[in-house]
Amino acid sequence: MSLLLVENIHKRYAEEAVLQGVSFQLEAGETKVIIGRSGTGKSTLLRCINQLTKPDRGNVWLEQAEVTSPKTNIHHVRSQIGFVFQSFNLFAHLTALENLRIGLTRVKRIGKRQATDRARAELSRVGMLDKVDAYPAELSGGQQQRVAIARALAMDPKLILFDEPTSALDPELIGEVLDVMIALAKSGMTMLVVTHEMGFARSVAHEIIFMEGGKILEQGPPARFFSAPEHPRSAEFLRKISDLYGQEGV
Amino acid sequence: MWESIWESLPFLLQGMTINVLLLLGIIAVGITAGLGVATLQIYGHWTLSGVAIGYAWFFRGVPELVLLMLVYFGLNQFGIRISPFLAAVAALGLRSSAYQSQIFRGAIQAVHPGQSLAAQSIGMTKLQMIFRVILPQALRFSIAPWSNEFTSVFKDTTLAYAIGVIEILRRARYLVARDFALTIPALVAVAVIFFVFVSAGNRGLQVLESKLYIPGFESKQVSRRA
Amino acid sequence: MEFVFDWSWMPLLATGLRVTVELTVGCVLLGGVLGLLLAIGRVYGGGIVSRLCSVYIQVFRGTPLLVQLMLLFFGLPAAGIYLSPFVSGLLALSMNSAAFQAEYFRGAIQSIASGQMQAGLSIGLTKWQAIRFVVVPQALRLVLPPWSNEVIYMLKGSSMVYLVSLPDLLGMGRVIASQTFRYFEILIVVAVMYLAMVLIITLLLRVIERRVRVPGLGTTGR
Repeated sequence: MSLLLVENIHKRYAEEAVLQGVSFQLEAGETKVIIGRSGTGKSTLLRCINQLTKPDRGNVWLEQAEVTSPKTNIHHVRSQIGFVFQSFNLFAHLTALENLRIGLTRVKRIGKRQATDRARAELSRVGMLDKVDAYPAELSGGQQQRVAIARALAMDPKLILFDEPTSALDPELIGEVLDVMIALAKSGMTMLVVTHEMGFARSVAHEIIFMEGGKILEQGPPARFFSAPEHPRSAEFLRKISDLYGQEGV
Repeated sequence: MWESIWESLPFLLQGMTINVLLLLGIIAVGITAGLGVATLQIYGHWTLSGVAIGYAWFFRGVPELVLLMLVYFGLNQFGIRISPFLAAVAALGLRSSAYQSQIFRGAIQAVHPGQSLAAQSIGMTKLQMIFRVILPQALRFSIAPWSNEFTSVFKDTTLAYAIGVIEILRRARYLVARDFALTIPALVAVAVIFFVFVSAGNRGLQVLESKLYIPGFESKQVSRRA
Repeated sequence: MEFVFDWSWMPLLATGLRVTVELTVGCVLLGGVLGLLLAIGRVYGGGIVSRLCSVYIQVFRGTPLLVQLMLLFFGLPAAGIYLSPFVSGLLALSMNSAAFQAEYFRGAIQSIASGQMQAGLSIGLTKWQAIRFVVVPQALRLVLPPWSNEVIYMLKGSSMVYLVSLPDLLGMGRVIASQTFRYFEILIVVAVMYLAMVLIITLLLRVIERRVRVPGLGTTGR
């Protein structure tokens, strides 16, 4: 069975139908990248998966567990889904180490010593071991985002959701975060990434999901999507991107 | 019990007029002295500025009740006859002026320095600049903290009770002295009347603020007790 | 005009001073706990809880402290509840302080970016856990600067208990003055003592602020 099954998600904000029946699935070890114009509901979709936003209609399944069911312990489910925010959202009053530790001690109920070891291991994995005692305000954007990824990893999640992880970063800092994400994908982590970084999508995605107007217009492997898109809107989108990024974008 | 309070309402409200008169007197003293102290602190020689700061510090640190008694009993001790009402206006007015001087100072300093540069560059005199450019902007910055001060002063007028002013609280005590069962209703009535007046006053100031509103002009919120 | 002050009056004033300090510290701490709960209720509570907290805050901020004191002092016995004068005073001052502190806390909580709460929830913390471990620690630090105002205000407010016959610093001063008729001298000394306390409080809180400071917290929320 799929690791993640998203079924017919609908979400409406006031006058606007932000998601209009989105369905797809994710197998273990897959990396899928969602692209599309800004404001097409991509972030909302991610938040519906871990219930930070409640969809109006539709279901989400994480392996056997129905996430959208009111009977499910949502906190337990969330501890199994990692979430990386566009604005990092590191806990401002805690050091990098403590940011990772709090989920381990308070949610997973692991003892302090074990939690510290685990936290250090994950920080090392993203290359931030030398900053264990730094506060978020003392770190650059790229460093903060790497700690945020480590925080998600520390919970030993079944999959990680990335909500435009590099959009708030200065250009020269994007690379260090993408490198961590590429390494993660190659190590077999299941990832669902919303991004504008086409180079990343091209190199590690198993599938591209193109969304517009609250719907999935096209899905397919990157090789096919980037060279021979089927839907007219996809082609239009790719044209605009290549105008913007030149050769590097596509 | 509650019916007799209803009947005594005019009696209580008459006392409230004294509170309102106190409020007006205190605000008047507060604005004039406050503006004076603020100007002294910003534009004055450094010794005068120090005096202004000391003045503000004294009147902000000493309890209102102590000030009231200091003025009323202290002056009387030295043979100066002063009515409780005037003593209250003086004591609380000076205290308010200390707070208001800080509000005005903050507001004047919050006006962007570029404004005065621009005013001077088109040939305005210093006086013109102050009245036509600085003050109109400073005024809008003052409204939010000023409504805090207004509420605070209004509630403090009940303290005049302590030096014998026949305001609403004292009248409520008269009612209670005649009939102890009226204790809770009388005091609740005073509280409700105050609440209504304070809310009305704040609403009025909000209307004033929206009338003076200029898009894009943020009023600086001074975090203070009301 | 002569200034006469007898130092033998000091012990009596000191007794009153002790009551003032106990009242002030007590009501600020009790008011702080209640105020924090009110603020949390106001921001995170459902419709009814939020509304109730809001009403409490508005009522206690919109009516004079003296009236609240009298209501508790004279009203409670009339309703059959008998508390000691000190406890009544402490209760009234605490309930008043709570309303004002609630507003300070609310401002602090609301200025903490919602992303902090979201991040807390995303790793599986419950709402209550997120409030406790993520929002409150940050709010407490943000609240320190205006909090010193609150302590000073309650210090001054505590002087009102003299009007309900609880002998604090001012009360003792009045007792001495009514016997010696040296109002001016005694009141000036009392005023100076209050000012000294204000100074101590301000310095103390500044030290505390420095000890718990976290870089980046309190400047821009991220």
